[in-house]
Amino acid sequence: MLRIEQLVKRYPTGDAALRGVSLTVSEGQVMALIGPSGAGKSTLIRCVNRLVEPTSGKIWLRDTEITALNQRQLRRIRRRIGMIFQEYALVERLSVMENILSGRLGYVNFWQSWFRRFPQSDIDQAFNLLERVGLSDFVDKRADELSGGQRQRVGIARALIQSPDLLLVDEPTASLDPKTSRQIMRLITELARERGLAVIINIHDVPLAQMFVQRIVGLRAGEIVYDGPPDGLTPERLSDIYGAEDWGASQTAVPEQEPLLTAQE
Amino acid sequence: MPVHTANDVKIWQRYDTATRLRQWGGWIAGTVITLICWQVISNGTRWEFAADAPQQLGIFLQRMFPPDWSYVNQLWKPLWDTITIATLGTLVAVIIALPLSFLAARNTTPHPIVRYLTLLVIVVSRSVNSLIWALIIVAITGPGVLAGIIAIALRSIGFIGKLAFESIEETSREPVEAITATGASRLQVLSYSILPQVMPSFAGISIFRWDINIREATVLGLVGAGGIGLNLNAAVNLLRWDQAGMIFIVIFGLVLISEAVSAQVRKAII
Repeated sequence: MLRIEQLVKRYPTGDAALRGVSLTVSEGQVMALIGPSGAGKSTLIRCVNRLVEPTSGKIWLRDTEITALNQRQLRRIRRRIGMIFQEYALVERLSVMENILSGRLGYVNFWQSWFRRFPQSDIDQAFNLLERVGLSDFVDKRADELSGGQRQRVGIARALIQSPDLLLVDEPTASLDPKTSRQIMRLITELARERGLAVIINIHDVPLAQMFVQRIVGLRAGEIVYDGPPDGLTPERLSDIYGAEDWGASQTAVPEQEPLLTAQE
Repeated sequence: MPVHTANDVKIWQRYDTATRLRQWGGWIAGTVITLICWQVISNGTRWEFAADAPQQLGIFLQRMFPPDWSYVNQLWKPLWDTITIATLGTLVAVIIALPLSFLAARNTTPHPIVRYLTLLVIVVSRSVNSLIWALIIVAITGPGVLAGIIAIALRSIGFIGKLAFESIEETSREPVEAITATGASRLQVLSYSILPQVMPSFAGISIFRWDINIREATVLGLVGAGGIGLNLNAAVNLLRWDQAGMIFIVIFGLVLISEAVSAQVRKAII
């Protein structure tokens, strides 16, 4: 359903963020994108909805070539692509309801949105989603009154009210505590299954990704170096993605550090 | 390099020797220039005039006291005109400046050329004092309240526009990205992600300018642009210092009230 071919992104500074990435995500597949900071994970998902303009390469969503669209067509296709952000990216001074309804902006005209006159069907859907993400009592709260986990739930509802086919999720748990992180990951993957969405999740936390997704793609310096099931991520594969490190250390006790002098010899 | 080694110990200092010498040189040069300026000013002053300044001030105050209390009845109308000039002038400026600020802000401008043209408008407006604007407008429209309103508006457009576009440039990018990603149009992105972020500062800037304009409007009458300044000008020309004293008292009261109002409004916004 999503097909990426030879995607290249070079920033004006000359840094190549992506060096020919090809990737296919099938209907209903939940995929995690892992890799060190600066590997190009954020750039990759932002190229999909062209928040970042790719330098070359092609991206298809079903039969639509996203990379060939003009601005007007791009706005139409963006409605089918929901996005969830690391720092939630809510509009702090708007209410929870307004934040969720902003997911419908692509479907209403300017004056409808200016006077907040959204169709009743949108409002029904917003209430349903609020209940689904467990925020029924927070409709009228302002976004800046919520905790991190609650904000991310609003972010999820805003993405889902678009009725997307594809979800792009950028580090959804990086600002959250471990328990909330699991809850948010569970919520995202459950909702994706209920609605049959394809999902790409950028994530730093490898064990968390392994817990919730069917497929993991490892990115290093703008190139795919791993693509396979979560349990195929052996210490060797992790070293391919992140560079050498004692990957068993998190499960077993950390061994005593060798003195630096012997390491130099 | 602020780090050097002495006796195998690494010593760190905030500045290296050359920088410290330059700083000392700067201080010495600054002191010398200040002393020279002092000398020039002192030579240009007739000290015998300066010496009897307290006496002159005494005579001045004597003439103003007691103020002509009954004159206050003729001041209500000009006072109202002053408030009208400041308020309508600010309102007109806000209506023009806020849309301009979106054209001038780096992150919302439709095109760099539009941005530079808007910045030019803002700079021109800001670089001319209200009193000078009033002089020009009075020459065009003739004296009166209208000239005052236009003068205040022309000066305030630049002030409000500049502070407003700076606050637009300081908005966080993430909500903009998020709203753009939903497929919203450009105007919807502005109204849903930028506008909520800048509304409090827009309101704060406008009320701050209104507060300044109240004070500016009190002097516009000196050049014929309406308001209480007309009366002040007349009183001074007729050497009616008791009336002038009364006008000062009224202006002082007005400024106090406007100060209190704008402080209250600002508190309510934040």
